[in-house]
Amino acid sequence: MRLNESIVISAPPKLVWDHIAEPSNYLHFMSGITRWEVEGEQRQGLGARYRMLIRVGSAEVGGLIEIVEWQPEREMAWSSVMGVDQRGRWRLRETTDGRTRVELRYAYGVAGAGIPGYIAELVASPSLGSNLRKSLQQLKRQVEHERLRAEAARRRAEREPAEI
Amino acid sequence: MADPSTVADQARANGNGSAPADASGHSGLRDRLAPLGAASGIGAPLGRIGRGLLSAAQDVAADAAGSAARRVNKRLRADLDDRDPDWLRERLPLLWLLATIWFRGEVRNLGNIPEKGAVLLVGNHSGGNVTPDTFIFTLAFSSYFGIERKFHQLAHNLVVTLPVSGALVRRGGTVAASHKNAQKALEAGAALLVYPGGDWEVHRPTWDSAKVDFAGRKGFIRLALDQEVPIVPVVSIGGQETALFLSRGDRLARALQLDKIFRLKVLPISLAVPWGLNVGDFLGHVPLPAKVTTEVLPAINLREQFGPDPEPDEVYDHITRQMQETLEALDAERRYPFIG
Repeated sequence: MRLNESIVISAPPKLVWDHIAEPSNYLHFMSGITRWEVEGEQRQGLGARYRMLIRVGSAEVGGLIEIVEWQPEREMAWSSVMGVDQRGRWRLRETTDGRTRVELRYAYGVAGAGIPGYIAELVASPSLGSNLRKSLQQLKRQVEHERLRAEAARRRAEREPAEI
Repeated sequence: MADPSTVADQARANGNGSAPADASGHSGLRDRLAPLGAASGIGAPLGRIGRGLLSAAQDVAADAAGSAARRVNKRLRADLDDRDPDWLRERLPLLWLLATIWFRGEVRNLGNIPEKGAVLLVGNHSGGNVTPDTFIFTLAFSSYFGIERKFHQLAHNLVVTLPVSGALVRRGGTVAASHKNAQKALEAGAALLVYPGGDWEVHRPTWDSAKVDFAGRKGFIRLALDQEVPIVPVVSIGGQETALFLSRGDRLARALQLDKIFRLKVLPISLAVPWGLNVGDFLGHVPLPAKVTTEVLPAINLREQFGPDPEPDEVYDHITRQMQETLEALDAERRYPFIG
């Protein structure tokens, strides 16, 4: 089963990228996520591994994932190493007015589970889809808030030397 | 958790000792029957043929009994390799569907289970011979820690020796309840789920749903001390509302000597789908869709908490009290039994 959600964030791609590249942010903006921990020495980048779990129905499902594609400010993809089969992808594209279109793709399933597996994927999709939408809305709110805060700090910094 | 007793020992004796049984029991029978052929007046040749056929039939019967005993014996031993993680992984979606849609299952605080190493999970048991709390917890544990982490459950001999369902639960990691099997699983570094209340607790009446009843069984404490593993209590509510359990039928079981023959201390009586009046629950039943909620309590390191030589009675009282309080809290938070 593959899910796809997108949103436009009023911030440049770099700001959005910085937010999604930092693993400690995931517990704050990804809806339904109960665990997102760095596994091993590498914190970010191609080959970084995370142990993640998301609550779906009666269980927290997920497992160990690895970053398999890493193009700063454009693309980040992960794939499962252990746990349920999953692939995820962030796609960031700058719009003509300087904002960022963010697309989140998520594919999941259990190979070999047969018809019950297919039914389970169907049953889980509304709840997972809703989690993805909420995650993008929370990402938008946090990044835009961060942009406003950064701009305010910059304006303050510009004013202060003049006042002195 | 039950101790290894009659069935296992008898099966072991029969399974490994078919020759002595053949020599003693069967030759006695042959001696008693042999004169009949001679005395029947059919004649010596026919008598010899008759004796030959009788002997062959006895050998076949003895082989069949020995082979059946060996099969039962094998199932009662903890063959931890029976657990098939890939098979289990492929069944998780089905378990998830049942747990989510039918039982609206909820398992809380799995993070209280130590991330690595052997651990003894001690649960209260509900639901008769179809126990939703076990498979909901198996699903939750396997999803949370991954099927790569070894996880076994102890079950009554009857459950693991049944021809079809027994094979399935063994592939899921269930082994026959015995101290030796439990030791073996913990020594292998597995997480082990035990239900000290066993058949006594699982068939308690529905109106005792919010009652922990281990029947004074403290073997799990000795096991945790011997293996130096932490105990993690696991408390569930809802399973006892999947049928209307009326009585354990313990007196009836004693009267029929089921405790001696099959290690069954109860002969439960319930109203269950599809049977109506269900005596024994040997064929299981279709569980009603009661909401099942499970809470995992913080790990208890016995020697850290109770000193170098903990008193089993004190530990037992502490654990059962803690579990009882949690069960009452889970009961109180529900608006209605069954619905949740």
